[in-house]
Amino acid sequence: MLLRVENLSVQIGSITPLEGVNFDLDKGEILGLVGESGSGKSLTALALAGLLPLIGGRIPTGRLLFDGADMVPMSRSQLRALRGRKIAFVTQNPMTALDPVQRIGDQVDFVSRTHLGLGRKAARARTVELLTQLRIPQADTICNAYPHQLSGGMKQRIVIAMALSGDPELIIADEPTTALDVTVQAQIIQILTTLVRERGLALVLITHDMGVVAQACDKVVVLYAGRLAEQRQVNALFGRPAHPYSAALIGCIPREGMAPGSLVGIPGAVPSVASYPTGCRFHPRCTNAGAGCSDIVPELRSLDAGGAVACHYPLPGIENA
Amino acid sequence: MLGYIFRRLLLLVPVFLAVSVVIFSIIHLIPGDPIDNLLKIGSGPEQREIITARYGLDKPLVVQYWIWLSGVLQGDLGTAIVARRPVADLIAQALPHSLTLGLCALAFSTTFGIVLGVIAALNRDKFADQAIMGGVLLGSTMPGFWLGLLLILVFSVWLGMFPVSGARTWSALVLPVVTVGLGGTALVARVTRVAMIEAAQRDFVMLLHAKGMRPLRINLRHVLRHALIPVVTILSLRIGWILGGAVTVEVVFARPGLGTLLIKSLNQHDYPVVQACLLILAMAVMLGTLIGDVIQAAMDPRIRAALG
Repeated sequence: MLLRVENLSVQIGSITPLEGVNFDLDKGEILGLVGESGSGKSLTALALAGLLPLIGGRIPTGRLLFDGADMVPMSRSQLRALRGRKIAFVTQNPMTALDPVQRIGDQVDFVSRTHLGLGRKAARARTVELLTQLRIPQADTICNAYPHQLSGGMKQRIVIAMALSGDPELIIADEPTTALDVTVQAQIIQILTTLVRERGLALVLITHDMGVVAQACDKVVVLYAGRLAEQRQVNALFGRPAHPYSAALIGCIPREGMAPGSLVGIPGAVPSVASYPTGCRFHPRCTNAGAGCSDIVPELRSLDAGGAVACHYPLPGIENA
Repeated sequence: MLGYIFRRLLLLVPVFLAVSVVIFSIIHLIPGDPIDNLLKIGSGPEQREIITARYGLDKPLVVQYWIWLSGVLQGDLGTAIVARRPVADLIAQALPHSLTLGLCALAFSTTFGIVLGVIAALNRDKFADQAIMGGVLLGSTMPGFWLGLLLILVFSVWLGMFPVSGARTWSALVLPVVTVGLGGTALVARVTRVAMIEAAQRDFVMLLHAKGMRPLRINLRHVLRHALIPVVTILSLRIGWILGGAVTVEVVFARPGLGTLLIKSLNQHDYPVVQACLLILAMAVMLGTLIGDVIQAAMDPRIRAALG
């Protein structure tokens, strides 16, 4: 197993915006991390990349096993040696992800020069090769361009090239397509999935787009209000969601042949960290809530069909363990 | 880029004209005239008329302006009425002193301001930050003439390290430079600190960390680089200011600079000298912002692209 997340919690100051997250991921697999804004997706991503100290966060409990080694007790310099080399990061907004006053080539070169010890020329050759593989035309000219001269989709490819440049084993992509045009979104997702299949990388794809999950991922982790709701194989989740929240998310995907006006959202909104409800945090919005939901926190239970769910009244069709 | 600099230089012409009109009008609005300084005690109104006519001060203001402007455009700044020497000579004598003081003070405040600002930003809310920002607040609120006197008392009178006044030796430059430079240091340090903190929160900095770059390199190569862009704006505004803004300090240290010349000429209503001094200061402000804009364009490709 390349990555195993065990009971991960994140603390910022006195609040705990993320707790009890469990999942694992092997090489060649894509894991979708889904949930509405404020569910803790990005925090999970930062934790995986060892970037929590940047926002003043820390991990009070849990383990992050990468290649068998726990990242939680690692020093900043140990984490830095992993970042860019073994674990690469693709940010949400490519428009602001690159340093606007530095040439593209230099920004990509840095990774292979630092982590692979390549010289100036070798690093540039690698950069041009990577850009070409990502179907960026005239890669050697682009290397001398500045970020503002490129389109959003092009910049995201540069960010992906930067991620690949250190020859990583795990890529964490935090909503890599949210800021892009729809047509470009599909291209970027395709590039990422192809990389995983061809190079045997592992990819954690953070998204709030269930369509993308259905299309690209092998596994899904559904987060709600800082807790894990459900964790399944993609087909199992879409076939028979166990958590009412997962079912509601799936219900939000528009489908062919739907009657106009029949697409419904989930009523209510994700509560903020300051006002998390007691018991199951989803119960005020849940259509399936019953006795106990409002005061007993549901334990994460394994499902016979594989995966796990944290719900007192999982949806029918699921054999509970 | 060169086209842009050329356009900006062309823009100096209308500004020059507008500034000259304002300067000329304001000076002639001030009550009193230079003739008072030239008349001997007990001389009558006839003598006053003769002298007034000699300097053309009896002509209508518009004509006086025209005569002055056409002279300036031909490189003739006129003759000082009270000092009775060509204005150009007076300026040529004073300007090098002001330039030396101004440029040294600018270098002083740039160097120390940026260093202190960076140290404060990197130790945000810790002791070093609070100590620097406290010192900076003190430095920026202390008036130059008072700080100058304080420095003279301590370093010249008590310790005898530097001369009290004058501009004959290099060591005489130290205290004035510190006095003028400290105010700028405070300003630059504050701007650098805030700009560093702001730049460190930009999205791309997160990706630099994600690439595994060392924090020191991130801060000095990337964050500071962005933070310096607003610092350059502040500094370019000071280039012009520092020539004329050192007036009180020049008086305190009795340095024969542009500021001293300007004050003396103002007191004597010596129109041609005052006009020339103010014109030089106004042009220095204009050139300062131009230099600042050019440096910014050199630092930021987006600004270069916008300029075409």
